[in-house]
Amino acid sequence: MDAAVLSAAVLALGYVFHRVDTVLEYRWDWSAIPNSLYRWDEETGRWVPNLLMQGFFTTVRLAILSMIPAALFGAVFGVLRTAGRLFPRLLSRTYVELIRNIPPLVFIFIFYFFISSQIMPVLGVEDFVRGASPATLRSLELVFGPAALIPNVISGVICLAMFQGAYMTEIVRAGIQSIPKTQTEAGLSIGLSRWELWRRVILPQALRRVIPPLAGQFITLVKDSSILSLISIQELTFLAMETAVSTTRVFEVWITVAGLYFCLCYLLSLAFGRLERSAAAARA
Amino acid sequence: MERLTPAEPLIELDGVSKWFGAFQVLRDVSLRVAEGERIVICGPSGSGKSTLIRCINRLEEHQEGRVVFAGRELGADTAGLTEVRREIGMVFQEFNLFPHLTVLENCMLGPVRVLGMSPADARERAMEFLGRVRIPEQAGKHPAQLSGGQQQRAAIARSLCMRPRVMLFDEPTSALDPVMIKEVLDVMNDLAESGMTMIVVTHEMGFARTVADRVAFMDEGSIVECLPPDRFFTSPADERTKRFLSQIL
Ligand SMILES: Nc1ncnc2c1ncn2[C@@H]1O[C@H](COP(=O)(O)OP(=O)(O)OP(=O)(O)O)[C@@H](O)[C@H]1O
Ligand SMILES: [Mg+2]
Repeated sequence: MDAAVLSAAVLALGYVFHRVDTVLEYRWDWSAIPNSLYRWDEETGRWVPNLLMQGFFTTVRLAILSMIPAALFGAVFGVLRTAGRLFPRLLSRTYVELIRNIPPLVFIFIFYFFISSQIMPVLGVEDFVRGASPATLRSLELVFGPAALIPNVISGVICLAMFQGAYMTEIVRAGIQSIPKTQTEAGLSIGLSRWELWRRVILPQALRRVIPPLAGQFITLVKDSSILSLISIQELTFLAMETAVSTTRVFEVWITVAGLYFCLCYLLSLAFGRLERSAAAARA
Repeated sequence: MERLTPAEPLIELDGVSKWFGAFQVLRDVSLRVAEGERIVICGPSGSGKSTLIRCINRLEEHQEGRVVFAGRELGADTAGLTEVRREIGMVFQEFNLFPHLTVLENCMLGPVRVLGMSPADARERAMEFLGRVRIPEQAGKHPAQLSGGQQQRAAIARSLCMRPRVMLFDEPTSALDPVMIKEVLDVMNDLAESGMTMIVVTHEMGFARTVADRVAFMDEGSIVECLPPDRFFTSPADERTKRFLSQIL
């Protein structure tokens, strides 16, 4: 069955290529691709990443960097969402509903304008980077990529984290609410304080239930990072557009980019799957 | 622990009423339980038995009347509430062990986190009580690996580790097979012999007959009557009690 579906898919794909080849008379030319991945740098005499790989690494950075605040938003607002008091619940609800009911793109346009024009100057990121010593600059570059793009990357990270955080909030809320009330009752009946109950009974159980869907959301985050191209964050999709224009090999460039995203996300899902299995094995 | 004069009950319910929305679950319930006394509560499903004993450690809030434990009235003051709760053990129908902890860790959690005992002392105490409920060899397992009867005994041990002054049981054997029921009832018999104050919601009339000092019959949110077992089983006054007994015996 699987084999049948797979071969049908391969056939269909082959057919599309064939049509593109014959009917549109598209002339495949992959020769520009290797060079847009890596290029030979005359000055240093080494292979250095060209636009596509630079974008790829920025995408990886964006994903990893925004994962942390996104998970943090998710954890904090997810917990607030289940709070007994009305105000925290309302606050968190507003955050989630706002983000879920506005197209991500529109949210990011609004938010990016706000961040880059209001928050970044307040944080003084640009000045900080300009005034940083070479040593700090090196470690900053290790984390955020090329110095010139640091404010750009940080804006992207905040946008992505805000918007992914809303989805993680819902995951965390569902995880916490999936712990039966009887667990709370059992904890209270041995005299645990609210905090100890939370820390020793609810949280450890909720964490286990939340990690698989959070891993899935992380992969979604990687894919969704491509919309940051529209606010000029120089990640893979953004640089792919540039490369497609400059090389005029539109098809080849985008297929390469799709391959890069696929590899990244597929590797991640394999890694998470393995992690989950070993965690399950450790528990049994 | 303050000394109680014999006349002063350990637990006193005085005119307790409770509503779930418009539905009245408890109607003006009064009950006094002396230290060392063993009360069995029975009655048809939905009569409010669970709600009543859950009011004693305030898992449910009552709206009228007073609930007093060892001279302290239970109210909205939550700081005092955890202090009261550590002295009241509770055993649930569905065991409600913490699934992510081993049986031993289940038993140590309260002593370490609530009583502030050292892990070594807590472990010693936990092993002592696991021995008393006759499952010391299960200490390292997780609840899911135990039979129902073993889980319920672990839950009893978990409560006992807090050295409570009273144990509340809410249908502790209703989710169990006959063989397991006996294991749990044996442990509860031991507990009664050790002088523990107990309030037990159960339909195990054999247990009520041999262990209880008084048997209370509840119907539609009221305690219809509350008598020593010999009189309860032979000459109940109320028609409803008679009907209930004829159905269950
Ligand atoms: N949280 C709740 N909200 C609304 N109604 C409730 C709630 N808990 C219980 N009730 C209702 O209150 C009544 C008494 O419930 P309770 O669980 O105390 O009965 P019970 O005597 O323990 O019955 P059983 O033998 O089935 O356990 C029932 O009619 C039940 O439907
Ligand atoms: Mg009940």
